[in-house]
Amino acid sequence: MSRQHKKIGIERAWNRWGWIFISLILIGIAVFIFYPIVYSLYLSTFSTRGFLKTFVGFGNYIRLLQDSYFILALKNVLIILVVQVTIMLFLSLIFATLLNDPKLKFKGIYRTALFLPAVTSLVAYTILFRMMFSNEGLVNNLLMAIGIIKEPIRWLLDPFWAKVTLIIALTWRWTGYNMMFYLAGLQNIPAEIYEAAEIDGATKTTQFFKITVPLLRPIILFTTITSTIGTLQLFDEPMNLAAGVVTGSSVGPGNSLLTPSVYIYNVCFKYSPNFGYASAISYVIVMIAAVLAFIQFKVAGEQK
Amino acid sequence: MSRKLRYTFIYIFLTISAFISVFPFFWMIVGSTNTSVDVIKGKLTFGNQLTANLKSLWDNYNLGGVLLNSIKISILVVVFSLIVSSMAGYGFEMYSSKARNRIYSMILITLMIPFAALMVPLFRLMNFLNLIDSHWGVILPMIPSVFLVFFFRQNFSQYPKEIIMAARVDGANELRIFFSIVLPSMRSTYAAAGIYAFMTSWNAYLWPLVIIQSEQNKTVVLMISNLASGYTPDFGVVMMAVVIATLPMLVVFFSLQRYFVQGVLGSVKQ
Repeated sequence: MSRQHKKIGIERAWNRWGWIFISLILIGIAVFIFYPIVYSLYLSTFSTRGFLKTFVGFGNYIRLLQDSYFILALKNVLIILVVQVTIMLFLSLIFATLLNDPKLKFKGIYRTALFLPAVTSLVAYTILFRMMFSNEGLVNNLLMAIGIIKEPIRWLLDPFWAKVTLIIALTWRWTGYNMMFYLAGLQNIPAEIYEAAEIDGATKTTQFFKITVPLLRPIILFTTITSTIGTLQLFDEPMNLAAGVVTGSSVGPGNSLLTPSVYIYNVCFKYSPNFGYASAISYVIVMIAAVLAFIQFKVAGEQK
Repeated sequence: MSRKLRYTFIYIFLTISAFISVFPFFWMIVGSTNTSVDVIKGKLTFGNQLTANLKSLWDNYNLGGVLLNSIKISILVVVFSLIVSSMAGYGFEMYSSKARNRIYSMILITLMIPFAALMVPLFRLMNFLNLIDSHWGVILPMIPSVFLVFFFRQNFSQYPKEIIMAARVDGANELRIFFSIVLPSMRSTYAAAGIYAFMTSWNAYLWPLVIIQSEQNKTVVLMISNLASGYTPDFGVVMMAVVIATLPMLVVFFSLQRYFVQGVLGSVKQ
């Protein structure tokens, strides 16, 4: 009887300690994450101009569908998502596969060099790229010296090339980062599998698509989802790549670098602030992120 | 294709890629010693403007104050978020219960939410708390890091439970077990998490941009962005600022490479 009581007492104390240890983070998350999520949903049903706050219901969401800036921002980000994330993850996978070869020399040096860009601050490297891709700048000089181009490319002054510059910059910054995930994953694949495939006469390309890619699927899924969320949130790069290049309110030439996050920022702090409308935009982005993540899960699951 | 030829191609490909990865770092350092015109023309050799650029940054853009602000913010974020999130990771792992596991999965979902979605209510909250244009306004929302809770929980799951049991038998209180037994023996986990927290806060841009308004409260990243987007920026000075913002991360990277990679990637478990 008394032993039973004691046991319950210990369990209760144990349970209480559990709550004590997580109490600080719960307060933090409640205040700085959950409250904003809920409040922003509430706010998204209002149109707010200064102190004026009028209830509009779904009005903001309906307005979004006709907002050409918002649609352009979405389009920009989806183009970058499809082109950049695909190129980057493919490159990361290739690098990881090459560096996983036990016979390769200087592995450590290559790995460090390729990972190094992940050390930089997003703002700092973007500004560095802006200077490299200026009209009479380094990249144009180099390309003309090699003879690839005759006329300088208007990297940051042309809507198409501005996006290309952003894609190059993003790929430079994140390829090595994603490569490290794949390298970690590859270390869990026993070398015998490749040796067996080699004996069976499988080429390196076959091994890559039939062994490496399927076995790394969970990690590929993980990197795809994090890159998707990252791309949908793009802010530091477009903001700083566009700054100072084009005058006026255009984000990059012809708004070619306008992203949803930059648009939200502008709606809140640049134009006449409308927090209600900004909240609606952010909710749509959350939904899109969730839908894309869901699709990616489905696709990765079905291929099994 | 013969084996030898294939390896030659691989080495050429890797060397070119490694060169492209490293080259901007070299150019950035070269640029910090050159004049604005030379930088924008892509000059590839060292110049003699190093001290002039540094002096201009120090005198005209309050480099000293700005660096102190960044250091202050980063250190406070690292200290608080390590305490809060490691306690939480420990709590979720060592005292798991149905309710807490459910909360844990709910918390993890928030990793999917873009920061821009939280920005507006957070800004209003900071306004209400009177923390606009203050460093605490920048620091507070950066403390509860869901990613770090996840990271710590993963690492605590490998901690030998027998040690905790033995300490309990000796009558140690649970908080003491955590702070004086578990914490000191998980140094590498804390180092990795600390690097992650440091990097996130040191490099933060959007949130400080929203919160900080006055010149004297600016961080290094805000200063660079501001400096470079001026009407006629001095690009030599901009390069110097870029070098200064990147240097601390490079030093941390080369001195603690293993922890750094762990901290940046988190723990990948299959």
